[in-house]
This record gives sequence, structure tokens and C-alpha cells, in this order.
Amino acid sequence: MPEQIEKQTKQTEMERMLETWEPVIGLEVHVQLATRSKAFSPSACEFGAPANSLTDPVVLGMPGTLPVFNRAALELALKLGVATGSQIRARSRFARKHYFYPDQPKGYQISQYDEPLCEKGHVDLIVGGAIKRIKLERIHLEEDAGKNTHVGAVSHVDLNRAGVPLVEVVSAPEITSAEEAAEFMRALHRLVRWLEISEADMEKGQLRCDANVSIRLRGEDRLGTRTELKNINSFRFVQNAVENEILRQIRIVESGGRVTRETRLWDADLGQSAPMRSKEEANDYRYFPDPDLPPLVVDGALMGGILKKLPELPAARFERYQKQHGLAVDDARTLVSDRGLADYFDALVTAHPGDRSGRMLANWMLTELLGALNAEGKEITQSPVPAATLSALIVLVENGTISGKIGKEIFAETYQTGEAPLAIVDRRGVRQISDEAALWEVIDRVVAANPKQADGYLAGKDQLFGFFVGQVMKETQGRANPSMTSDLLRKRLGR
Amino acid sequence: MAELTRKEVEELALLARLHLEPDELDRIGSELGTILAYFGTIAAVDTTDVPPMTHAVPVDLALRADDPAPSLPVAEALRGAPKRDGDLIVVPAIIPGSES
Amino acid sequence: MKPEFWSITETVKHVITGEITAQQIVDGALDRITFLDREVGAFLEVDKDGARKQAAEIDRKRAAGEPLGSLVGVPVALKDNLVTKDLVTTAGSKILEGWVPPYDATVVTKLRAAGAIIVGKTNLDEFGMGSSTERSAYKQTKNPWDPSRVPGGSSGGSAAAVSAGMCVASLGTDTGGSIRQPAAFCGIVGLKPTYGRVSRWGAVAFASSLDQIGPLTRTVADAAAVLQVIAGHDPRDATSLEAPVPSYVDALTGKVEGLRIGIPHEFFAAADESAGPEEEGLGFTPNPGPEEEGLGFTPNPGIEPEVRAAIERTIAALTERGAITVDISLPHTALALPAYYIVAPAEASSNLSRYDGVRYGKRVDASELLELYRRTRGAGFGPEVKRRIMLGTYALRSGYYDAYYKKAQQIRTLIKRDFDRAFRFCDVVLTPTTPGVAFQFGAKTSPLDMYLGDVFTLSCNLAGLPGINVPCGVTTGGLPIGVQLLGKPLDEPTLLRTAGVIESAVGLGTRRPSGAGGI
Ligand SMILES: [Mg+2]
Ligand SMILES: [Zn+2]
Repeated sequence: MPEQIEKQTKQTEMERMLETWEPVIGLEVHVQLATRSKAFSPSACEFGAPANSLTDPVVLGMPGTLPVFNRAALELALKLGVATGSQIRARSRFARKHYFYPDQPKGYQISQYDEPLCEKGHVDLIVGGAIKRIKLERIHLEEDAGKNTHVGAVSHVDLNRAGVPLVEVVSAPEITSAEEAAEFMRALHRLVRWLEISEADMEKGQLRCDANVSIRLRGEDRLGTRTELKNINSFRFVQNAVENEILRQIRIVESGGRVTRETRLWDADLGQSAPMRSKEEANDYRYFPDPDLPPLVVDGALMGGILKKLPELPAARFERYQKQHGLAVDDARTLVSDRGLADYFDALVTAHPGDRSGRMLANWMLTELLGALNAEGKEITQSPVPAATLSALIVLVENGTISGKIGKEIFAETYQTGEAPLAIVDRRGVRQISDEAALWEVIDRVVAANPKQADGYLAGKDQLFGFFVGQVMKETQGRANPSMTSDLLRKRLGR
Repeated sequence: MAELTRKEVEELALLARLHLEPDELDRIGSELGTILAYFGTIAAVDTTDVPPMTHAVPVDLALRADDPAPSLPVAEALRGAPKRDGDLIVVPAIIPGSES
Repeated sequence: MKPEFWSITETVKHVITGEITAQQIVDGALDRITFLDREVGAFLEVDKDGARKQAAEIDRKRAAGEPLGSLVGVPVALKDNLVTKDLVTTAGSKILEGWVPPYDATVVTKLRAAGAIIVGKTNLDEFGMGSSTERSAYKQTKNPWDPSRVPGGSSGGSAAAVSAGMCVASLGTDTGGSIRQPAAFCGIVGLKPTYGRVSRWGAVAFASSLDQIGPLTRTVADAAAVLQVIAGHDPRDATSLEAPVPSYVDALTGKVEGLRIGIPHEFFAAADESAGPEEEGLGFTPNPGPEEEGLGFTPNPGIEPEVRAAIERTIAALTERGAITVDISLPHTALALPAYYIVAPAEASSNLSRYDGVRYGKRVDASELLELYRRTRGAGFGPEVKRRIMLGTYALRSGYYDAYYKKAQQIRTLIKRDFDRAFRFCDVVLTPTTPGVAFQFGAKTSPLDMYLGDVFTLSCNLAGLPGINVPCGVTTGGLPIGVQLLGKPLDEPTLLRTAGVIESAVGLGTRRPSGAGGI
């Protein structure tokens, strides 16, 4: 079946099924924290370094080594905790989670178990023009594992990533569709970048997702048997994997079968998941409080510092941009997709006199500035045009010094040279002509020079009006005030 | 407390990743049974509302500044590794996604 | 006196004045090790080159007039579970055979900085799990006082080396008595500091919440001098204490007037059927009667009469010098042993998970990863270690955690509270260190029999307190007897002061083990 048709068939099948069945999804997302050194030792955190070049005795799990926790990792996790409205535990605890695996040097992972740092928070999704709030069960701190690469009959172990600090964000099982699951990931991605907690580059494995999926009859309260999907490391994979799993489960149940509780591995190339091979009895993590790490205490001073540094969050700005600045949903969403964009927009608003120009400011920024930046592959933070300069340019348009059309040209020049807009306007002599006498003079000249067209217009050829506007603009090198030109021309032409 | 069954002992040995010969399984099984029977005494102690003492001295976790220190040179990091391929450690093939 | 039996003060003085060079001291110590250790078997590794190099450096510094440390020229041995850079460290286990660490333990760094000379690594029960050093994967260490007897353990090599005069001081680790018990068996001083007083960075972990490094020396003053160097906060150990380090050397005033010595009746009445905390509502009998003989072990060994007599003489000597005895109760004492033998194996099973044949140490290869793990660990660990890993794994399994590990940790709280209460009425607690003196090789056949020998030393570790063994006499058979003092957290000064008085009143004086008499 051609891919397109297959997709459509799946779509209709899904729609029918979802009338009966309700998917229940919970996500566990691991986010690497952007620290310079590892969670429990001073070995450096870097991506792409030569194999096993970022280790020390602690990372290697050598005998006699002890963990000492990184303050920056705690601060970053706390930022996320506060930003998600979580309850922060004044005394949380590290625990050991035991399992043998070559990328796990100590035979246990230092994680948090029954006393996590954060509980009962939420993440706000932007669904359409509205905010949907997804509850979080917990956010806890832990260390990353190294990397195993499978090469024929052997596997290779690189421990560079071992010990990198992570937070694990666990959502409540209240995500109800594959799209929403992907949106949750996007919202979390946006949030951690917004807070500068993590680069969250999914290709570098800095944001990784596991999904717990189950289905139940609509209207039922009880949760069905869930499966855990592992290794879904892009927004698209989340959506595909979850959708695939929902479909798989519904098909099993509708054909009289039962969903088995298992862990499944998503294969993005094949577009399907397969159960992971695991020995049931070999899986008992034997959690217990890590005796090497006393309780993690978060005091008032630490929290005060975190709260002071916390920026306004994307969901709040999304709503403010619409309500306070009258932006369209799409523009608001674009602006909050990236902290830099939103901050630039806020700076633009601050720099700009008056407070009714929101739409206009967004328009200039999203069309002219982003257009120019995109063409060069630059980020907003690399913009050669500061918000104050862009505002000054928009003021010139708003107060009629230049026309919008000229404004675009001035923008292009400011962008290229960094020269102030007003200076360019003066140097080029492109100030708009809004002086009535001066305009009359030009109009008289143009009408006198084109008697045939003037007659034609009088005879009802409306399209000739544009001809005269064009002539006036030509005569003034585009500087004539467009609305005054129209008014005066109408008077002069007698219609 | 009853003796541990042979199956329980084998499960424990697997969980701990210990290969035990049959005679070791028997011996350790019976020793554990004896020890656990003796330790059963603590089950009777009333510990309601007694907090567990997870640390011998009550201290808060001291935190480390986020300053990276030089890593071990690879040659030194892997000096004791029983099997290597260049700068990588070699283990028998792990089937992707399996838990060993 | 011969240099090998010099105290630290004597050694340091002679080196500083130039009466002897560090090189000469080291050569003497190495000769003595070569001669004696064939019989005693205290060392797993003798670092001749390293020791001579350190000595040469000291002699150079002295000649150049550079400052010299408080342990300058003192030959020191390290239990082989203390990590030494570029010097093989095995923890007495085959699984670490030939492992050359890339770093030094903090205590090693501190010793070196103070001018001590590391002469070698001493034998121990594998990973510290044992009370006789018979569980070493490498060799047997003999008690210098009687080669048919064990030196105690797990720091048996460290105790024997000091006792026989092969070094002036050594370091051991103490998880449930592993410094104090071998010190008692070998007739020397052994100090287990307050948990967190000495950094554990570089101590191969056995049970992390109990382990502590401490000195083994021939005199109390030497113990104070070594502790002075190794104590203190270490940012690399999150459980190390920030409290300032007092002068331990100055604590040795030789006076005990008005000192309140707590005598816990539970320790002494251990063999009496009548004594017992039933009235405290524990709901069980701590000293099971004969009906429990079917368990295959003696539930309570009781105190050997000669040990009891020596302890009573010690108490009398202290009261003669103005100390006051106070009857105290530590009602949960009988629970210390079962609690310890849950907590310690549980943490050990976790700590020993890292020995998997992947990054260092022994590997038994296999075509499948699971088999590699099982074969490596099956072949690399000895029977006692396997037994404890199994026990600890059992105690941490989900569904068992509350009944075992957590319960044991709650009992620790009860034991700690006992001590907190007792220390309102006394300044130190005095008990025998061990129920009996050094036993014959192979005497303790069942694991529980061995465990029961630790009954007096465990509660100290569970409560995180400092404890010290001081020799207080010898048996008619010529074996040393030790007395144990337990103190308040961080009150090592009072322990040392009291120990110093015991040492001069009832200590061994110039008596040396027969095994050390040859040269
Ligand atoms: Mg998880
Ligand atoms: Zn996790």
C-alpha cells in the first residue's frame, strides 16, 4: 500500500476506535542538566569528546570513590520545580537503584526514590489557542549512564556520559492522545530551554522520553494494563510511537486478546515497537537511601535565589501577548516558542512609546526581522538590530515620517549597516511628503501632463486612479504620503 | 522463619549475579536460613514511629561548586580494563534493549 | 630501645635531630619485615622502592632545612582496602587482584604530607568481612603472640605488623570492630573515630554508613598523633564532618579525677539468664536459652573469666585514680548484632555491585553478558563475601526492605538513643573489647559463631560513636586482653585521655609478643 493511503486508512481506523476507546498516557522524560561538571564528580560534561576521555575514578566506579553532589544541578532542577509549580521537598534523598549493565559503572544508579525533590507540579501545553494543564507526579534528580554501542558479537562501552546530571520528569497519566504526548514533549522542551536548564538537544540525547500507554473504555475510571515504550527521542517519534501503541492495544483488545504488561522498544526505522527481552526475576532494583549522601536540604536562601532569577514562563506570556497586546494566536505562539524571541518582543514593547502597537510590533519583528535572520540562519540573539532601533524605525512609520514601504527599505539598510534609521532617512532624503501645498504642486503637474487619462477617469475608468497615484509616487520617489495623495487626487480629478 | 527454598536461593544468586556451584547453593541456603532465623528476633521489636537511622551522624548534604577538573587520561582510566578495543571497553554483545 | 619499637615521638625526634636518617629507619623496618613477615604474614605488598624514595626525600628536606611533618620518618603500613596510587590495592579479594589505582585515599595523602613513610599494604579479611583475617583471599596472618592463633580481623595484618614491630603505626578500617578487635587480640591500641571524623575517600567500601578509618599503634600517644594527622573535613566525602579538629596530643593529661565511667550492665550480664531488657518491652529474650541450641551456634558466648578479671582490674585502677563508675543501661544492646548483620551485608551487597569484570579487576569471560557477570563474581569473591552479598540482597529485595533493612535502621535509632541517654550520666562507656582472647585458626566454624565474637564492638559503629581498644593485661597463657572505651560523638579526646591512664596503670608495659623477639 502506498504510504499516503496507508496513513489515511490508519487515520480512519483510529478515529472509529477512539469513539469507543480512550488512551491514557503518562510520559517519563529525562532531561540532561546543563552543568559544566558531572552530578557527583568534577569530571567535565561535554558532547562528542573522544571515547572514555571524560572520566575520573568516581565516574569509573572505582573502589573507594564517593559522590559529592553538584550545586548547579540542584539549582537547575529547582528552577524547573518552581516553574512547574511543584512542591519542593525541604529534605529530599538520594537512593541507589541497582541493576547490572556495562554502561552503569557502580552496578547502581544514584537516583531519587520515595523522597524526590519535586512533586505535584504541572506543565502547561498550548493546544490551539488555549492552555491545557498536565499534572506532574514528580521531578527527581539522578545521574546518566554511559553509552553501549553494539558491534557484531561484542558491545563497546564509552563512559563519557556516565554521571551527567539528569532530571526525570514524570507526568500523571492524563495525556489522552498521541498529539498531546508530542505537545507535552514540545512544551517541556520549550520550558527547559526557556529556563536555561538544558539545551535539550534531542539529537544529542539531552532530552529522552519513555511513554506509559494504556487504553480503557470511554467513561471508565480504572486504568488498563499499560506498556512502557522506550527510546522515543524526537517529537515525531513520540507521536508515531504512541499512536502505534494505542492502535496495537485496541486491536489486541478488540480481537479478544489481553494487553501484556511489558516494556517495548520503539524502532523508528521500522515504525514499530517490539517487546524488550528481560528476565522478570532479575529485575528488582533494591532501592535504599544512599548512605554516602546525607539528605539534600533546600533552604530559604537557596529558594530565594531561584525565585528571584525565574523569568515569566511561556504559557503566561502566551496569554499576556493575546490579552494585553492583542496579538493573534499564531503570532503569540511563535513568540513564546523561544525565550529569545519573547524577550526580544518584550524589549521591543518596552522601547516603543505608547502601548497600542502590539500587533504592529509583532508584525515588523516576525516578518522583517525574522525574515532577515532566517535568510542568514541566525538566531534572534544574534540580531544586528537591537529592539530600540527597530522600535525607532517603527515610530518613523507610525508618525508618518516615512511610508511603510520606505520603512522596509530602511530596515534592510539598518540590518546591513547598523546605521540609525533616522540617519538613513535623512541621508537618503526619503522623508514622506505630507505638506499639502507641495503635494498639490505635484498633483497639478501630473494631471496636466496626462489629460487623456484624466478624461478617462472622469468617464468612469476607476482603474486609472491607481495610474495617477503611481505617477505621484514616481514624481516624489515614493515619498508622497499615500493617504493624503489619495484624498487630494480625488479632489483634483473631481470624483 | 523457614529455610530458604532452593529456588529462592537461586533467584537471589541471579539477582546478585553470582554463579554458585550446587554445593555452594545448598550450603549458603542453609546458612542464610540459620542467620535469618536468628535475625527474626528483630521482627518482634516495636519500632512504631522510630525513624530509620540512615546516616551515623546527622549532617546535611554538602554541595560541590560546578567546577570541572581535568579528567583521567584515557590510558590511565582504562589501565585495568580486562578487555579493550582502542579506547573502548569491550563486553559480550548486548542485544539492544535487553536488560541483562 | 631498638628503633623498631620506638614511639612516634621518639622516631620523629631522632629524625629531626639527625641521630638517625629516614633511610636508616626505613631500611631497618624493611629488614625486619623481610625477616619476620615470612612467619607472621602481615603484608600483602611491601613497597620497598616507594618507601626508600620517600625516605630519601625526607632526608633531602631535612638537609635543606625545609619544614618536616609531625610524622616525619615514621614507617606506616596500610590495610589493603585503603587505595594507594600506583600501588596494588586488592582489599584482600581475588576480584581486585593486580588492581593499580590511579589515586590516593585522603588518609594516604595526609600521611605522606606529614612525612610518614608508607612501607606496604597489610592483609585483611576480604573487603573487611571477617573477624580473624582467615577470610583473606591471599594468605593467613598469624598472631605475633601465638602463631597458632588468629590476629583478629578484619584489620589483622595491620594489627600484627604493629604488634610485631614491623612498623610504628598502621591504619585499619572498622565497620563492626575491625580495628578494635584485632588490636585487642594483638595487644595494641586501636581507635575507631567518630563516623565522619576521618574521610572515607579512598577506603574500599564495605558498609558505607558504618565504615571508618582509624589508627593501630603500640601506644595511646601514637594513636593520638596519627589521628591528629588523618582527622578533619574532606570535601570529597559528603559524610565527613566539618567540626574543627582539637589537639588529641594535648588531651593526654594522665588524669581521670571525676571522670564518670559508664558500665553497661547488659554487656557484663550477657551470660546471665536473669539480665535482660524484657521489662523495657522489647518482647523477646536477648539471650536465648538452651532450647535454641538446634541453631548450631552458641547464642551468647559470655565473657571469658580472665577477660572479666582484667576488666575489673582496669575499672579498679581507674577508680583508684579518682574516676567514678556509673551503672548504665543500654537496653537495646542485644539487638545490635542482628541489626548490624542486616545493615552491613545490605550495604555491602550494593557496594560490591561494581565488581563486574568490566572496567578493572578480574574478569571471567563468557559469550553472554549475564554469564560474564555471574562467572566473574562467582570466581572473584570468596565464600564469606558471597554469603554476605546473598544476605544483603535478600534484605533489600522489594517486599523485604521494610522488614529487614529499614527495621534494622530503626533499631540503630534505638541503640543511638540508648547511648544518648547513657551519656547524660557518664563521660565514657567501658566494656570488654571482645568476649575472649585471640582464638585458634579454624576455631569458629559457623558464620554466626564468628559474628557473635563482635557482639561488644558493633553498637559503636551502629551509633556512629568513637571507640578505642587499649591493652589491659595478659592471660596466664600469655595472650593480651583489651578493654574498650566508647565515647560521645567527637569526644576522642576523652577516650584518649582515659585510655592513656589505663595504658600506664594496667597496660602491657614493655611486654612484647614472642613472635617479635627474633631481632
Ligand atoms: Mg523511570
Ligand atoms: Zn530515570
